[in-house]
Amino acid sequence: MGVGIQVNQLNAWFGATHAVQDIQMDVTANHATAIIGPSGCGKSTFVRCLNRMHETIPNARVEGTVKIGETHVYGNGTSAVEIRRRVGMVFQKPNPFPTMSVYDNVASGLKLNGYRNRRELDEIVERSLRQSALWDEVKDHLKKKSGASLSGGQQQRLCIARALAVEPEVMLMDEPASALDPISTSKIEDLIFELKQNYTIVIVTHNMQQAARVAEFTAFFLSGKLIEFDKTEKIFTTPGDKRTEDYITGRFG
Amino acid sequence: MPNQYWWRSFKDKLMVGLAGMATLLVLLPLVAIFGYLVYRGIGALNWNFLTKIPKPVGESGGGMANAIVGSGLILLIASLIGVPMGIGTGVYLAEFGKKRFGYLVRFTADVLNGVPSIVIGIVAWSLVVVYQRNFSALAGGVALGIMMVPVISRSTEEMLLMVPQSLREAAWGLGVPQWRTTLSITLRTASSGIITAVMLSFARVAGETAPLLFTTLGNQFWNFNVRRPTAALPLQIYTYAQSPYDDWHRQAWAGAFILIVMIVVSMSLVRMVVSRGVFKGGN
Repeated sequence: MGVGIQVNQLNAWFGATHAVQDIQMDVTANHATAIIGPSGCGKSTFVRCLNRMHETIPNARVEGTVKIGETHVYGNGTSAVEIRRRVGMVFQKPNPFPTMSVYDNVASGLKLNGYRNRRELDEIVERSLRQSALWDEVKDHLKKKSGASLSGGQQQRLCIARALAVEPEVMLMDEPASALDPISTSKIEDLIFELKQNYTIVIVTHNMQQAARVAEFTAFFLSGKLIEFDKTEKIFTTPGDKRTEDYITGRFG
Repeated sequence: MPNQYWWRSFKDKLMVGLAGMATLLVLLPLVAIFGYLVYRGIGALNWNFLTKIPKPVGESGGGMANAIVGSGLILLIASLIGVPMGIGTGVYLAEFGKKRFGYLVRFTADVLNGVPSIVIGIVAWSLVVVYQRNFSALAGGVALGIMMVPVISRSTEEMLLMVPQSLREAAWGLGVPQWRTTLSITLRTASSGIITAVMLSFARVAGETAPLLFTTLGNQFWNFNVRRPTAALPLQIYTYAQSPYDDWHRQAWAGAFILIVMIVVSMSLVRMVVSRGVFKGGN
């Protein structure tokens, strides 16, 4: 089951650039939360702070607190590896491991952490591929085809299956459909709809229709600040802030 | 504008022609050397050459079996030292060495790459031979191993840097620790390039004579003890080619031919084994 995320006074820097400023936000468990805003507003950086991916960049820095369920993400005793096992991530560009087969890609999170039970791996791989609606397209050459030989949309669903296989509690999606055609996009959106029954989903998107379609909550970011965070319906019909209204009506960004 | 088109296609053909000529110019000496080597080498090659040790001066016949085995032994020691150290250094430079110390290591590796091989021979001599009070295969292996390190480490670094960051992030995002990511994702993705680098360095040191002169010394008899002076093909070729005897000259040609064959065979073997191991299940 998914867990909620509490973000308090979160600040993030790249060197001297203050990319994310004083974010305060509660993400509800088992729902989808969309993050919208113009390019460079810090949405990706914000999401990357939730699973401690931001700190992998040289000279990057984070301050503030993030709680995933009851765990302090930046607590003293918390390891980044442990957090990332519980918080899955899907990236903008599909990034399957090119040296691995479809099967090994899905199993990679478990295998690379020393999980060896073949029977259970088989089951988990099938379940994850079914969940990501890719099973029927790849079941005949699971171990023969390389992950990189699939089409772009299939690769992205493979990456989602790979993230699902380790059974995370939260799923972060950083513009998961922005490199895909409309058919693949709608498949991914259907998938998000399915997934949010069991996972907490945070999805960054440039596409406002997409936010409206998949997410119950929407946060609007601008220049590193959280401008408005409310029910999606409210954001898109009666936004409380002039800047939100300007953005969603296409006046800038 | 037909006029302009004519000029463009002329330029195009000219450049393709020039590139082709440059290729020919490079290939010509290569083919010539290899062809002449085969021509002179095969004639002198016989079963005795591959199975017998050298005859005393003045007697004809005999072979270089001890030098073939000795070379294999020395190259094995060199690879055992040079490959792990080179790949390890490359991993450090690409994945961790972004700071000052990394810069220092990179610079040192580049300088080491330019150091004449005979100087590296002296280093191995003072490190191993003086210490052991004995010329040995081990000393030669150390010298050649040191020569392999900068080539392997710099190419490993470059190959690893070519692996997209997104693959590392994909692994980190699954909760895979850094060391596992480096080992199973980054190194594996870059493996074919790294293997090429390892084999290039292997081929380069296989023919080195200078660093062996005062480390392994050479030996006219069988020796399998790594702490004793050992025969090596380049040394044997060097000695035989300078001698006044026709029979020895012919054997030197055969030795050079065998050396090339050894390099080509070991390269293809490694490539075959590794490409099977890495891609099983994939592609």
